[in-house]
Amino acid sequence: MSTNAATLVRDGLWNNNVVFAQMLALCPTMAVTTSGANGLGMGLATTAVLLVSNVLVALIRGIVSEQARIPVFIVLIASLVTVVDMALNAWLHELYKVLGLFIALIVVNCAILGRAEAFASRNAVAAAFIDGLSMGIGFTLALVVIGLIREMLGSGTLFAQASQLLGANFAFLETRLHDRGGALLMILPPGAFAAMGFLLAGKRVLDERLAPAR
Amino acid sequence: MLEKWKSRPLYQPLLLGAVTLLASASLAWAASATREAIARAEERDLRDALAQVLPEGFADNDLAAASAGVDMGAAAPVTVYRARRAGVVEGAVFEVSGKGYGGEIVILMAVDKAGTLLGVRVLKHTETPGLGDKIEAKKSGWIDNFAGKALGTAAWAVKKDGGDFDQFAGATITPRAVVEAVKKGLETFARHKAAILGESS
Repeated sequence: MSTNAATLVRDGLWNNNVVFAQMLALCPTMAVTTSGANGLGMGLATTAVLLVSNVLVALIRGIVSEQARIPVFIVLIASLVTVVDMALNAWLHELYKVLGLFIALIVVNCAILGRAEAFASRNAVAAAFIDGLSMGIGFTLALVVIGLIREMLGSGTLFAQASQLLGANFAFLETRLHDRGGALLMILPPGAFAAMGFLLAGKRVLDERLAPAR
Repeated sequence: MLEKWKSRPLYQPLLLGAVTLLASASLAWAASATREAIARAEERDLRDALAQVLPEGFADNDLAAASAGVDMGAAAPVTVYRARRAGVVEGAVFEVSGKGYGGEIVILMAVDKAGTLLGVRVLKHTETPGLGDKIEAKKSGWIDNFAGKALGTAAWAVKKDGGDFDQFAGATITPRAVVEAVKKGLETFARHKAAILGESS
């Protein structure tokens, strides 16, 4: 596996995107993407955890044995998420009220364990850091795109309530496209599968078109 | 040297034990470092919610500090916040809950001493986004219809059932659950009024 920084970033954002290529973390992806703001919140929280867990795993990779690595990583990730949960609740309480539900979900996000196992446990700290960051941003982008599509079709808004997540300065992001509401189905679970399916197909087509050029 | 050790059976529990010990220590440290800030934030939440259900100037005491557990016939005592003006109890705020379409709906309601509603807010719910979530004050003004109503002055059902309260297009179960829960809260208030207001009976 290459540890070239540019390759790592390209992998994380597109070629090996957590959602659209590795097909990992689909449970939180489907569950929280009812709006762009929700997707963004979950994506950012996951990125933070992924970054720290990747660095920690890369740091201790020398003493972790092949046989005990999975439970060691799980203990590490679960503790990390719990600390993040408590810290957000204490010091960023408004954000916690919006994200609270998602934080605990990060523990079961298999993408975190996946990166620890597939990448961070075999690479140096710096590479693990870049990998965590680009995988996290790739995940965030996927969630925001799915969230925006569902929100646009389902409730006719874009980034509704983003200012609750990002602060009042970001209220300009909140767009109301029309007042007629929308196809409720897109907000409900089937909408997640539909949006995800079309995006996945779209990425495949795009990749195939681009393939000869490379 | 380490490489040889790492495959030994004894190394595995030692490693896992050490990692678990370190993880527990950092969790304990984080829990004690955040305990006070979390308690403060939750108290602020409570004050915000109390300020929303009570009209401004209704009470001059610190409601969050004036809480008491009152036995209302349920399994556990219910926490009641008493609103005083010039030392006299004028009303009370307490939580009720109902069963909605997606699960439990937790409601905070304020009642004056005569049994008239001062305000109602939904604290927690898992209703369908876009349909049932109009019970939230920030999504629609529906919840404000409760203020000023009492047991005898309104028909306590949604319009579909012949009552006074609007249902939402595509969602009847959610508003029905809220109306029923608030009605039950008022009935409980009427039954246990002396205990809730803290008057010696």
